[in-house]
Amino acid sequence: MRRSALTLTTVAVAGLLLAGCGSSSTTGTSSATPSAPVSSTPALSGTVNVFAAASLKEAFTKLGQQFEATHPGTKVVFNFGPSSGLATQITAGAPADVFASASTKNMDQVVKAAAATSPTNFASNVMEIAVPPTNPANVTQLSDLAKSAVKVALCQKAVPCGVTAAKVFTKAKLTVTPVTQEVDVKAVLTKVTLGEVDAGVVYVTDVRAAGAKVKGVVIPADVNASTKYPIATLTKAPNKATAQAFTDHVLSADGASVLTADGFAKP
Amino acid sequence: MTSQDRPPAESEPAQRSRHAARAAQSRGAIPWPLGIPALLAALFLLAPLAGLLVRAPWLGLPRILADSQVLDALRLSLLCASAATALSLVFGVPLAWVLARWQVRGISVLRALVTLPLVLPPVVGGVVLLLAFGRQGILGRLLDEWTGITLPFTTAGVVIAETFIAMPFLIITVEGAFRAADRGFEEAAATLGASRLTVFRTVTLPLVGPSLLAGAVLSWARALGEFGATITFAGNFPGRTQTMPLAVYVALENDPEAAVALSLVLLVVSIAVLASLRDRWLTTGTAG
Repeated sequence: MRRSALTLTTVAVAGLLLAGCGSSSTTGTSSATPSAPVSSTPALSGTVNVFAAASLKEAFTKLGQQFEATHPGTKVVFNFGPSSGLATQITAGAPADVFASASTKNMDQVVKAAAATSPTNFASNVMEIAVPPTNPANVTQLSDLAKSAVKVALCQKAVPCGVTAAKVFTKAKLTVTPVTQEVDVKAVLTKVTLGEVDAGVVYVTDVRAAGAKVKGVVIPADVNASTKYPIATLTKAPNKATAQAFTDHVLSADGASVLTADGFAKP
Repeated sequence: MTSQDRPPAESEPAQRSRHAARAAQSRGAIPWPLGIPALLAALFLLAPLAGLLVRAPWLGLPRILADSQVLDALRLSLLCASAATALSLVFGVPLAWVLARWQVRGISVLRALVTLPLVLPPVVGGVVLLLAFGRQGILGRLLDEWTGITLPFTTAGVVIAETFIAMPFLIITVEGAFRAADRGFEEAAATLGASRLTVFRTVTLPLVGPSLLAGAVLSWARALGEFGATITFAGNFPGRTQTMPLAVYVALENDPEAAVALSLVLLVVSIAVLASLRDRWLTTGTAG
């Protein structure tokens, strides 16, 4: 536990440094919601329950730590999972404060159930092929995934990463039959890192987050597909003020730079 | 209760009927410290069932059940649970016998270890199965090298995951029965010249028959409901590894109504199978 937290921090710091080098730090010209100046926010406290897409795990963990550091007395608790499953939990009355989805479709589901209003897109993501470091099936391009000898893991069709991967295959006019349809993108990644499949289609951010545990095979931009990430403070948020502050933090310039450092694109 | 304690004023038939009435009353009345928790327990266990029946999409049921994926999942569930039970019987009963009868140091450690899947979270069960029988696992790697067979993401993988979770239920049930079985019969058979295997087959096994059936039913039911180890070790692919619990989980994210319908089907099937087994068990019990 402790060690993984340490690794995460190390990765976070490295990511921030990289981001600093790469671009002239004014990345996130925060779209909607004016974010409160971090220093003078009065008396935020309590726990914020953030339901977030599995692919946001690394970036949001960092954002949560930043948030807790700037607002002592607050605690950000994450529930990472498939956006579709999280949306179902929220509409069924799960005590969530913030929802960050990996697709507008699942956010719309929550808005339609009157559990959230006016979501804001804060990032987007494209797909990449992840293979085990040894690349046992020698996957070098997208069309290799259509070979019957290549074991492929995909997200199940209801999850944003499954939907987006399907778009990629449609664009590339490929028929890919996976050996498994996993419940979320991290489950796909796990099957790749364990070497149980030859390839998995995940987000570019997941390949980056996995570090040396997987190798990435780039999907050409002309056939790649993207998904947008909306975030919203929920109408029935038990801790609304702090929840809104966390949402604002994600939408702030600081938030955007963490997301960019992890490989997310602007919405 | 004897005639001496009888109060002199009462006639015998009157007293007898009063006793009978009191006996009947005490048989029917439940003391409230037991009755109230019992009622709450029953309500707690039955409320979800009631919820399922009330919220079931009865009108949409034919449409949902006509979906071939549902039938695939149901067929797969029944097949794999039965195969897992068969494997548990073939390998688990001998192991239970060894655990019950073999008097060596360390046997209790072995007993604790083989029944570990009972307390292990099933997802962890799936992970350790991958580490052992996965393509990169310590045994799975050899299997892949020698035969080219890999178990994850196959129907065989589902059976293995279910057996891993269900077999300990059979083992502890049957082991208890082996311990409790009267050794006198076995010794008698042995003195009459029966070999140890014959004794096991013709004396010991019939002695533990009811426990064997109970253990088999228990592990079948556990295998039928298995989710965590299955999705971790065997993945999720319709028609090949997607059993009913997986189909319910996936449907819950996509089409909650279908999830309720699937749950209903699984419930009906399990009740039907368990009830039919119970009937047979009871009738053989009274006949024998």
